[in-house]
Amino acid sequence: MSVPAELLYTQEHEWVAIDGGTATIGITDYATQALGDVVYVSLPEVGAAVTAGEPCGEVESTKSVSDLYSPVDGEVTEVNEELNDDPGLINAEPYGLGWMFRVQVANGQVPAAGLLSPTEYDALTKSAG
Amino acid sequence: MTSTKDTPLRAVHERLGATMTEFAGWLMPLRYRSETAEHTAVRTDAALFDLSHMGEIAVTGPGAGAALDYAVCGWPSALAVGRARYTMLCAPDGGVLDDLIIYRQADERFLVVANASNTAVVLAELIARCSGAALVTDESAATGLVSIQGPNGCGVLSSVTDIPLADMKYYAGAYGTVAGREAWVARTGYTGEDGFEIFCAPADCEPLWDALSAAAPAGVPPAGLAARDTLRLEAGMPLYGNELGPDVTPYEAGLGRVVRLDKPGDFVGRDALAARAEAGPRRKLVGLLSGSRRVPRHGYAVLSGTEAAGVVTSGAPSPTLGRPIAMAYVEPDANGPFGIDVRGTTEPAEVTALPFYDRRKGR
Repeated sequence: MSVPAELLYTQEHEWVAIDGGTATIGITDYATQALGDVVYVSLPEVGAAVTAGEPCGEVESTKSVSDLYSPVDGEVTEVNEELNDDPGLINAEPYGLGWMFRVQVANGQVPAAGLLSPTEYDALTKSAG
Repeated sequence: MTSTKDTPLRAVHERLGATMTEFAGWLMPLRYRSETAEHTAVRTDAALFDLSHMGEIAVTGPGAGAALDYAVCGWPSALAVGRARYTMLCAPDGGVLDDLIIYRQADERFLVVANASNTAVVLAELIARCSGAALVTDESAATGLVSIQGPNGCGVLSSVTDIPLADMKYYAGAYGTVAGREAWVARTGYTGEDGFEIFCAPADCEPLWDALSAAAPAGVPPAGLAARDTLRLEAGMPLYGNELGPDVTPYEAGLGRVVRLDKPGDFVGRDALAARAEAGPRRKLVGLLSGSRRVPRHGYAVLSGTEAAGVVTSGAPSPTLGRPIAMAYVEPDANGPFGIDVRGTTEPAEVTALPFYDRRKGR
């Protein structure tokens, strides 16, 4: 199970890539293995305001549905339209083509608080069994 | 804390990297890789299932047929040797305690296959209901069950068994050997596809599984419970706990044909079931095709306009149809159009005849 070193993570099994004031968000390899095949993802609208820790979409798999959370405060600037036609990209490449949405982070500052380092996230998944 | 039971194939599942899940007290493979790929393998080729969690109860002796005729709502004594029937164990009030397959393996031997979650109930009821010259024996711990399902399953299994499978009818079975091991092989399944179930000694499960896995040039892939659930749902087959339970009779589930009111003699539930047949079902089971990509799940409300009209019993994304499907109980006079309350938003749903998938017609 892969936990790339250059990303930050959340308790909800999402990953965040920080590039200046922009955060790119997706779900982790661990999440995709727990969910099984993702069949549909409902993403926030471009321009929508999102709040850290609040649901902003849904991820449907064969057996279950989960909320998608924004890990940061800000405004959605882009969503991965490819997932509409091919949600299987999330299973195939959770950290690549399976990315979900981008947020212009409020105040340009990504708060480190609440986000997990790769080491912390790895420990979280192992303690979850 | 209760511990879960392992099937004889636990080590095989671990070797295959299965995601395991607790199901009815057993640790079972949920999926090995993509459950959608496993589902498609069964529809187009073949795949292997470990079903060793199922309960196997033998009813034997000169009075076995008569005893079962009293115990279940079907007519087991009318079965020819080597044939099988889908039936139900009902409570005196007609409620369903389990759905079963009964195989007549010999003149005086019937094998009753029960859901893992209900095996203890079925065993207790059969012991209580089978009097006279019939012996009820729980053979669950002494029985492993491997299934090969899919259009190519017959060819694959034929290459490792001495039983002439091409002549075997659907819902029939025979004793023979598979990969050199003694087994009862039946043309049954729970997938809506052609397939076989192989009952064998627990110690024979692994060699038998390995032989079947290797019996096709490209191998036969395993499939887990996730694929089994979407396969049976597409085939419109009920799952105990979802479509069936003590609060419904076979008539509500659209399975009144399994109740043999025409058989002679009394049986448990006869009066209540006869009354239900006369009065008509209190609810009806319908198939729904979702008009949205959001998946209806077990327990979601079915609406007619803004009024509550029923409840979803099973729902999943259908790999074969490419859209979400669901079964639901609705009021007997409700005809839609229906909506489904998917977490606060009403999504449109279209009523369709069950099953969603029929292998004789394609989709």
